Amino acid sequence: MLGLEFPKINEVLRWQDIFPSFNKIALIAVLATIIGSAIFLLAGRKDGSVAPKGIRNLAEIMVEFIEESVVMQTMGKKGLKWTPFLLSLFVFIYLCNVPGIIPIFQMPATARIAIPLFLSVLVWIVFIGTGLKHQKGAYFGHLLWPPGVPVALKPLVGVIEFFSTIIVRPLSLTVRLFANMLAGHILLVTFALLSEAMFQAETNQPFLNIGGILPFFMLVFLTGFEVLVGFLQAYIFAILTAVYIGTSLEGHGDEAH
Amino acid sequence: MEAFSRLVGTTPPQTPDDVKAAAAASSAGFAYGLAAIGPGIGIGYLVGKSVEAMARQPEAAGMVRTTMFLGIAFTEALALIGFVVFILIGL
Repeated sequence: MLGLEFPKINEVLRWQDIFPSFNKIALIAVLATIIGSAIFLLAGRKDGSVAPKGIRNLAEIMVEFIEESVVMQTMGKKGLKWTPFLLSLFVFIYLCNVPGIIPIFQMPATARIAIPLFLSVLVWIVFIGTGLKHQKGAYFGHLLWPPGVPVALKPLVGVIEFFSTIIVRPLSLTVRLFANMLAGHILLVTFALLSEAMFQAETNQPFLNIGGILPFFMLVFLTGFEVLVGFLQAYIFAILTAVYIGTSLEGHGDEAH
Repeated sequence: MEAFSRLVGTTPPQTPDDVKAAAAASSAGFAYGLAAIGPGIGIGYLVGKSVEAMARQPEAAGMVRTTMFLGIAFTEALALIGFVVFILIGL
C-alpha cells in the first residue's frame, strides 16, 4: 500500500526569521501596507478634475467599489464617512491574501491567526466605541434587550444577545478569515506535493508518472479558486464590519427615529 | 521524491501515546465531517432561494447577490470552526 507522506504542519506554516522577530508573514504584511498606501498616495497627487487615468483610475475604482457595494448597501448615505476605514481594511486583507498564489511567497499572511485576530479585535473596539459614542449609556440596553422583548424573558434574551454580539462576533470574524485562508493553503500544498510525488515516483512508474497530471489539473483549478476566495473573504470582512458599525449607529431602529 | 514509495505501517497501536494518536486521527476526521453537513445543506438552500429570487425579479439581482454572499459567509463560518477543531485535534 502506498501513501503520501505529508510533512508536519509546522513545516508548511512556520517560517524562519529573516532578522530577529521578523519572518515571511511579517514581510508580507509590511509589503501589503506599503503597496496599499503607495497606490493611494500616488493617486492623490494627480489632478482630480480631469478624467482619471493610470493609477488614479485604479484608486478611484477601489473607492467606488467600497462606496457602492459595501457602504451604500449596509449603512446608506450616512455611512459614507466610514469609507476610508473600510477601504483600508479591504485593501490590507486583500493584499495579505493574494501572496498565497504568487510564486515566490506562496503563503497568505492571513493563514496565521495573528493578523485576522488583531483586525477583528480592532473592528470590535470600533463598533462598541461608536455605539457608546452615538447612543451614550443606553447602548448596552438597546443591544442586549431589543425592543419588544417581554419582561419575563429579559434575563434569557440578555444572556443570548450578549454572547451573540459581544463574544461571538469578533470570534467568528477571526475564524472565518483565518480558516478559509488556512484551508486554501493546505489544499494547495497537498495537491502540489501529490503531483510532484506522482511525477517522480519510482515504483509503478507508467501509471503514477502519467496519472500525476490529474492532481496537477486540480492544483491549477485550486489556484484559480484561491483568487476568488482571497477577494471574497476580504469583501466579506469589510461588509460585515460595515453591518456591525451600521447597527451601532442606529441602534435597533425605532428608538432614535 | 521518496515519499511515495514508503509503505504505510499497519502495526496496531501499542503505547498510550499511539492509542491517543490513533483516536485523535479518527475523531478529527469525524469532527470535520459532521461539522460540514449542516452548512452544506444551509448554503445549498440559500443559494437555491436566491437564484429563484433573481429569476423572479431580474432587476433586484444585484441586491440579492450581495445578500447571498453575506449569508454564505455566515453559514460557512460554522463549517470552518469545525475545520479549526480538526486542525487542533488531528495535526
